[in-house]
Formats: sequence, C-alpha cells, structure tokens
Amino acid sequence: MPRTVRDVVFVDGVRTPFGKAGPKGIYHETRADDLVVKAIRELLRRNPGLDPKKIDEVAIAATTQIGDQGLTLGRTAGILAGLPQSVPGYSIDRMCAGALTAVTTTAGSIAFGAYDAVIAGGVEHMGRHPMGEGVDPNPRFVSEKLVDESALFMGMTAENLHDRYPTITKQRADEYAVRSQEKAAKAYANGKIQQDLVPISVRRTNPEAGETGWGLVTADEPMRPGTTLENLSGLKTPFRVHGRVTAGNAAGLNDGATASIIASEDFARENNLPVKMRLVSYAFAGVEPEVMGYGPIPATEKALAKAGLSIEDINLFEINEAFAVQVLAFLEHYGIADDDARVNQYGGAIAYGHPLASSGVRLMTQLARQFEEQPEVRYGLTTMCVGFGMGATVIWENPNHKDAGGNK
Amino acid sequence: MSTTELLKGAAELFPDEVVTSAHVRHLDLPFGAGRFALITLDNGFDHTKPTTFGPASLANLNTAIDQVEKEAAAGEIVGVGITGKPFIFAVGADLKGVELLKEHKDALAIGKGGHEVFKRLSGIAVPTFAYYNGAAMGGGVEVGLHCKYRTVSKALPAFSLPEVFLGLVPGWGGCTILPNLIGADKAVSVIIENSLNQNKQLKGQQVFDLGIADAIFEGADFLEQSLIWTAQVLKGDVEVERPVIDRGEAWDQAVAKGRFIADSKVHGAAPAAYRALDIIAAAKNGDLQQGYDAEDVALADLIMGGELRAGIYAFNLVQKRGKRPAGAPDKSLARPVTKVGVVGAGLMASQLALLFLRRLEVPVVLTDIDQERVDKGVGYVHAEIEKLLGKGRINQDKANRLKALVTGVLDKAEGFSDADFIIEAVFEEIGVKQQVFAEVEAVAPAHAILATNTSSLSVSEMASKLKNPERVVGFHFFNPVAILPLLEIVRGEATDDASLATAFAVAKKLKKTAVLVKDAPAFVVNRILTRFMGEIQNVIDEGTPVEVAEKAVEPLGLPMSPLVLLELVGPAIGLHVSETLNRAFPERFTVSPNLAAVVKAGKRGFYVYDSGKPELDPEVAALLKQGDVVLTEEQVRERVLDAVAQEIGLMLDEGVVAEAQDIDLCLITGAGWPFHLGGITPYLDREGVSERVNGKKFLAPGLASVPA
Repeated sequence: MPRTVRDVVFVDGVRTPFGKAGPKGIYHETRADDLVVKAIRELLRRNPGLDPKKIDEVAIAATTQIGDQGLTLGRTAGILAGLPQSVPGYSIDRMCAGALTAVTTTAGSIAFGAYDAVIAGGVEHMGRHPMGEGVDPNPRFVSEKLVDESALFMGMTAENLHDRYPTITKQRADEYAVRSQEKAAKAYANGKIQQDLVPISVRRTNPEAGETGWGLVTADEPMRPGTTLENLSGLKTPFRVHGRVTAGNAAGLNDGATASIIASEDFARENNLPVKMRLVSYAFAGVEPEVMGYGPIPATEKALAKAGLSIEDINLFEINEAFAVQVLAFLEHYGIADDDARVNQYGGAIAYGHPLASSGVRLMTQLARQFEEQPEVRYGLTTMCVGFGMGATVIWENPNHKDAGGNK
Repeated sequence: MSTTELLKGAAELFPDEVVTSAHVRHLDLPFGAGRFALITLDNGFDHTKPTTFGPASLANLNTAIDQVEKEAAAGEIVGVGITGKPFIFAVGADLKGVELLKEHKDALAIGKGGHEVFKRLSGIAVPTFAYYNGAAMGGGVEVGLHCKYRTVSKALPAFSLPEVFLGLVPGWGGCTILPNLIGADKAVSVIIENSLNQNKQLKGQQVFDLGIADAIFEGADFLEQSLIWTAQVLKGDVEVERPVIDRGEAWDQAVAKGRFIADSKVHGAAPAAYRALDIIAAAKNGDLQQGYDAEDVALADLIMGGELRAGIYAFNLVQKRGKRPAGAPDKSLARPVTKVGVVGAGLMASQLALLFLRRLEVPVVLTDIDQERVDKGVGYVHAEIEKLLGKGRINQDKANRLKALVTGVLDKAEGFSDADFIIEAVFEEIGVKQQVFAEVEAVAPAHAILATNTSSLSVSEMASKLKNPERVVGFHFFNPVAILPLLEIVRGEATDDASLATAFAVAKKLKKTAVLVKDAPAFVVNRILTRFMGEIQNVIDEGTPVEVAEKAVEPLGLPMSPLVLLELVGPAIGLHVSETLNRAFPERFTVSPNLAAVVKAGKRGFYVYDSGKPELDPEVAALLKQGDVVLTEEQVRERVLDAVAQEIGLMLDEGVVAEAQDIDLCLITGAGWPFHLGGITPYLDREGVSERVNGKKFLAPGLASVPA
C-alpha cells in the first residue's frame, strides 16, 4: 500500500526540577517512577486538547532499569499517571541519550504512520541508582582490548577528549563553565526555565539533610550562580592527576525526569495542540568509546547530511554539557566561538545537572522556548554525547519562522 | 494551668505513647506566592501504624505551632499547612491512652489539651490549610477542621468521626465546627448516622461533596496540586466559596433526625450519640468556645463512663482477638484446601457453597439426594454470581471463573474423592448426620476435614462412629451467612490439632471471626440467646404482658426486641433449640408451651405489621395461655439478666470458651449485641449483676471499665 511520511512535531515538554544525587539531595526519599509520573501528569494538564485515550505510546528512558526505574517503566508510569489502560508503554535505554532516543524512536513510528501522538521522556535517579549499578561488562572488552579501560569512566573519557584537542585547556573549560552558570542564572531571573518545571513534593525524614517533613521543590538544586573562575581553579581533577576535568566544569550526579508530547503535525493541528518544533532529521553515530565526548560531531554530520543542511543553517544549539570539553570540542570542530550567543542560551547541564536518560527532552524544551522568542531563527539542533562512544543529534525547524514548512 | 503543663501531666499518665512528631518545613510556593510553613504529622512508622494523638504528640504539635505562629506574626511566612505521612493524615486520639485514664480531671485534661492546641491554628496571623492526604479519623479530622481551608485526596480511603461508634463525642472541635462548616444536617450524618452505621467511612470524593474540603485532587500529585491551589488562594486567583448554613428550623430538624437515628440504633441505652447531638444543637448560635467547653465536659463524662470503656473493649475484641483467635493451634499445622464439598443443596448449603466459592476460589461440589435439588442449589449459586456481576462487584471474567468452579453431582464418590474440606448442612438430626458422615468418609480422601454446620448437636457424637473421628470439626455459621461475621469452630473430643488448624485457616480465608468453642450444647451464641429468650418466654407464660416483657430489655439497646428476634430466627427453630437445651439442662432451660402452640399453629411470628408498627397478632394472642404472676419491667429485666449472668458463669466453668472475652466476641459478631454493652459481660459487671449472681465480676477491673 502507498505510504506518505508524515511530519512530526514537538508539542510540549516539561521536566521536574533537577536534584543533586545523594543522601542530602532533595529527591533522596522520592521514587524515580513518581518523578516521571508527575511530569507526565503535568504535561496532560497543560495540554487538555490531548485526549489521553488517543495517546498511542508512552516511551520512557532510564539507564539503570532496576527497581523503581525497572518494570517496563513506560507502561507502569502510564498506569500510575492515570492514563487509560488501553495506552501501551515501553522502556528505552541509550544511556545519556535515552529521552532523546525515546523522542526519535517514537517520531520514526509517527512518521511511518504507526502512531499519532506519544509521550516520550526519561528519568534518572542517580542517587537511588548510581552509575554502574549492577553492570557486568563482558571480560572480552578488556582481554581482547575491544575498548580502552577508561571507556567505562566518563570522566576519563573527557580527559581523553582534552588530549585529542590540546588547545582546549582547563582554563577554557572553566571559563565555559562559569558562563554556563551565568546564563542559567539569567534564564532563571527572566523566568525562562520555571515555566516548564513541574513542582514536586518531597519528603525528608533525615534531619541531617535539613528540615524534616514534606516540602516542595520548585527549582533546580545543582545550580551555583555566582561561580567564578577562582572558585573553579582550585577544584580537584579526580579522573587524572594534573588533569583538566573537575566537578566544576562537568555536570554533576543528578536526579530528575522529563516528558514531552510528540505527535504528527496533522494530529497536533486537528487537536489544537501547540506545534513548538518540527522534526527535520536525526542521527546517531558511534566513536571510540574512550573519547565518547566526540560523539556529537559525527552524529551532527550525519543529521545535517540527511537534512541537506550545513552547520551555517543552524542558528540555535542546545548541546548537553556532560563536560565542558565535549561542548568545546564540538564548537572547535565547527569553528564556532566558545561564547557564541547561539549556543546554550539558557546555560546547560553544568548548571542544571544531568540526570542521564532524562536530559534529551530538557534540551528540546529549552530549544522550543528559544524558537518561540526568536522567530527569525529557522533551524536549531539538540545534541549530546552518549556513553560507550556515541553521539546523538536531532535537527528541528522553528514553526514560527516565516519560511517554515517550505522547501529550503 | 498552661497547655504545656496540662499535656505534660497527661503524658506522665501514658508513658507508652507512640509519639507523633510535628515536623515544620519551609518551602517556596509556586507563582511567587511566598514562603510557606508545612507541618507534617508523622509517628516515624510506615502506614501500617497510623499516626495518632496522645498527650506528647499534642505537645509536639503545640511546639510546632509556637514556631509558625511567631513566623506568621513576624511576616516571615504567608501561610501554614498541615498534612500527614504517606497514606495517613492522622487517625485521632490514641485509645490506649484513654483506657488508662482513672480520674475525671485527667479525662477533662485530654479534652482541653486537644482543644487548646488545635484552636491555636485558627488564631495564626496567616491563613491555615489542611491537606487530607490519607486516612483521617476523629482528632485527625478535627485538627483539619480548625484550619481555614482544606483539600482532600481523591485516593483517601477512610474519613470519619468514629467517636460516637466507640462511645465518645468528637470532642476536639468536631461537634462544634462541623455543623458550622457544612450545616447541621450533613454534620449529623457524619457524626451520628455514619458512626452508628457500623462506623461507615467516607471516601475522598464524599468529603469534598459534603463541603468538608474546599478542593479535591487526585492521589498521584495531591500535595503538589494542593500547594499550587494554596498559592492561588493566597494570591487571590482562586476564591473559596462555601454555601450559607441554614441556622433556622433545618438545624433543629437535623438534630431531631439525629435523635431518631440514635433511638433506632441504641434505644437510649448509650449516651454518646445524645451528648453529641446536644452539642450540635447548641452549636446553632455559632459560639465556638461555648461548644468546645461543652465538648470537654462531655468527653470527660463519657471517658469516665462504662459505655465508652465497654466500647473500646469491644473494638479491641473485634480488631485484635477476632483476628488472633484464642486457643487456635499453630497455623503451620493447617493443610491446604484446594477443593470443597458441600453435602446438601438446600438454602443453607447453597449459601455456604457461595461463600466458600467467593473466598477460597477453589472447586466447590454440591451433592443432594436428587438431581432436582442439586440443580436448584447450583442454580442458586449461579444466580447470586449474576447478581454480583450486575452490581459491578465482580467482572465478567471473575463471574465466569466462579461459575465454572461450582458443580453439583448426585454421587458423593464422584464429587468428594479429591475434596480436602467437606461440610454438611443437612437436616438437624443426629442419626441423619452420622449417616451422612459415614457415607462421606467412605469416599473422601483420608486427610479431608469433615465439618458440620450443626447449631445444637454434639460434634463428638456425630464423629463417634467414624474410622477417623479426629478430622471432624464443628463449623457453625450464623444467618445471614454472608453478613454475620461469627464462626463458632467446635473442637470435638477426638478432633486433632491439624484438623482444627485447617478449620481456622479456612475461617480466616472466609474472612470470618472464628472463636474456638468446646463441644457443648448449642455452643455459645444460641445457648445464651436461648436462655435469654427462655426467660422472657417464662415471664410471659407466667402472666406478664408481652409488651412489658419486651420493654423490660429495651434499656440494653439490643438490635431488636426478643420476640422480633424470635421471628427472624423462626419460632420453629427457636423451639427446636430450646428443646435441645432443655434435654441437656432441664433445670435451667424450659420449653414454652405457648411457643409450642404458636409453632403448632404454623405462625411465623408474634406480630403483625398492618399498622406499620409491630402489634401482637390477634391469632397469637388467642393462643397464649398465661398465668397470673405479673412482673414489672424492672423485675423482668433483673430476672433475664440474672439468667444470662448465671449461664455465662456456668459456661466459663465448663470451659465452653477460654475466657469471658470470647463470649462477648461471639455476642458482638454473631448476635449483633452492641459495643456499649461490650457484648454483655462488661454490662453485667457494671450493673452489679455478675456479683449478685456469681459473687464475682467476669472481667478484671480496667479491662472494660475505669481502672482501679
């Protein structure tokens, strides 16, 4: 039978405030599934035009699919969120690019005609599920030298990336980190971020962590506004003696969840749903696992090629800041200045945090807000590096642009 | 005395209190609505140990209020909220603390202590909010009523003011604030009607519909949505509107309705409902402090009264002893029951089949002497399953499953060869029952339990002719089987522990309150009821008018009068049981010639209801042959209660049950005797009947009375 590929749009995205992982973190006594459930519910409240019965899929990503992140989270979160039982769901894992992959995979299905509208998101509670929990790497990785031993330690891969780009110094990385904090603080002051946050009630029973009882989280916990170069210069380099990667120029260990509505453009318009971004292309690429931070570069090359675009066509970038060096490597590759105004306008993961599998949708939610504000921008991209040597890129078109939807 | 001193004194009387903390945590409300102080009530345990208020807990809340009051006065916060730990808001006063109170002044202190703390919530300089996140009862409900606004979770499973059910009044503001909040009519429903209707619980939606809560949110993000709503209220974006309360005639009518409900349930015999109604009536003028003072006095009076002590005793019997039967063998001895046989397919047998089927969900086989009866029995069960399906109590899959599990056969060998538990409900005749058990034993597996639903025959005698009498157990249900919780489990002379343990395990799955009973004539409930009825019958036969005899026991507040009960049981069955007991104990149990005449005439009761009220049936009146000894109500009452006290004393001497508590548990769950009597022995003790008849009380002081 004849098929037509359908346009896919990003309708809306929300997230929980991000927390610091660990016993004193705001979400220490909060379940991971509850985080994503509350994000889904807020999404539905914000979009009453979406009849929950018409949701065709709930795709939820988590890196460590154990305990409250296990049990086919997409399905269980749907039930817990109060979606009709007829709505199916599944779980997704591509480590840091989990939520991004939840979006692209369901988007592919929408384009194919299998779905009209889906919920795609991710969650990572790194406090309850520390990185590496329960992993069992095949011994052949080491014995046959399939990957370098540093490949499993993200901080080491970041140091390796500094080696590949000798001009990216610790100083440059720290300067980038300071700017990220500054931009994030400014975005908060201007109310750019809060509008897409879901308040989360949190319980605390341990008095050492602060006031006990129920509280309400309405802001990101990891942010350090006012961070200076001096603050950062003295930090330890835990991944290598005399190294460059510090807790200050990398994202922390975090807890949080995101959720988005992805739909066919026709469905969105028929149901009076917002159309915040139009999907242009996406691509994933593999690189040597020990320099996984390089991943966004080949992924972006592929995505641009598929879209028939060049990097000059992209006027807004949302790059996940797992490490400052990984953003800087990307910018250096494309000849973009470290402080280019098109890049991470609201700051990034160095300030907000990076709860692994949830982050992809945060990038999209922020890009969507920037599209709204800047109708003169036609294309933007969201990109991130992924553990074990991968990169992921999605290119979006701004529906507010005058030429949007037409041929380039 | 200051509140702190008051509570400190009370806390010393109750050293074992499970203390609830009142955590104060600050948060920033959404929409920039400001800084907010949220109090969390939490006793540090999970939801299986709900949060309660004893004196030390109240003191903690008082301290928390000290803090937020200061912050509010200093302009540091814009509002104060109060909520509970996961799944529980708070379930009210700690009853264990109430049981310990010996003196009126201490009881008064409990009432005052609660009031003094709770009412401070309404005096805080900023708006106060209660978020009913989970189960809320009694003082838990009341602490929220003192707040300015309330939200409730749609997932809240249980909300009630159960005080009247136990023998108290909602005395920490409930009687006074609730009618002023939602009107007297709805308040009477919650405080009186629900309480007296087996402590009926409200769900979250009903709490909202009644107007107790101003907003309702789903359980998944209840607290978040409540706090967002709070921010909107504080910013003026949401206006809370409440209907105007009718303080006219409707108020008086509501109180009158409450009295009617109380009369129909406790017949004036228990004071709590009436005390609560007095306070509700007085609350009409909206004077809260006057209401609180009246609550304090009512609480103290009731706490020092026998009805409350009996009520708490009864509550504990049902909740604790009813779930861990005294004298039951170790449950590890129980054998699995994977198929049930029912001998007989009459109405009782069919009801039993339905009950086993629904609770055990294993194959149930009915047998009878002809195909028509078998078909009728299975047909009854199928029809009942259809009814459940029609009411939405089960779904189609479950109905299909249950229907497929019930079968009927003529051949016992075919039906019972793989059954683990076989119960007979055939004609109440020892020879018939022995015959049936012999037939069953011949075809059933060697391990199968043979249970009898006899109400008056000897279980040991029934087992005596079997090869394996150790597996015979009495399993005596009460009509209506689906409703009355009691199951008397009778140990015969030969019954072994494994069979008994299996019987208790089955009872638990049937969700019945099992009480271990010795193989004695008519066991517990029927023996006491028959002695009780027999004495009423005797005084009528001797010459006391029927209405005097009936009215004589009204002050007990039993669920129905003796002759109405006889009508429910059926005069023929009543007569049959009295004959059985007369054979066993001719010196105490009589067979009434008048009852025999009524049965012989084929009458099904003593009354006609043509006028809407029970009136003595003229045909029955014509049958009665009475003597010329006319007693007063008081004399009748004394005679009846003496008889009951004597019978219970003898039963305990005979070891029919382990303790008087089991007698009371049986009467509460098998005969519906009320909580304010504590079954019956607390009442007999406090009225001096026990000492008059037996020379001693049934229960140790403090168990169902004010401790010495």
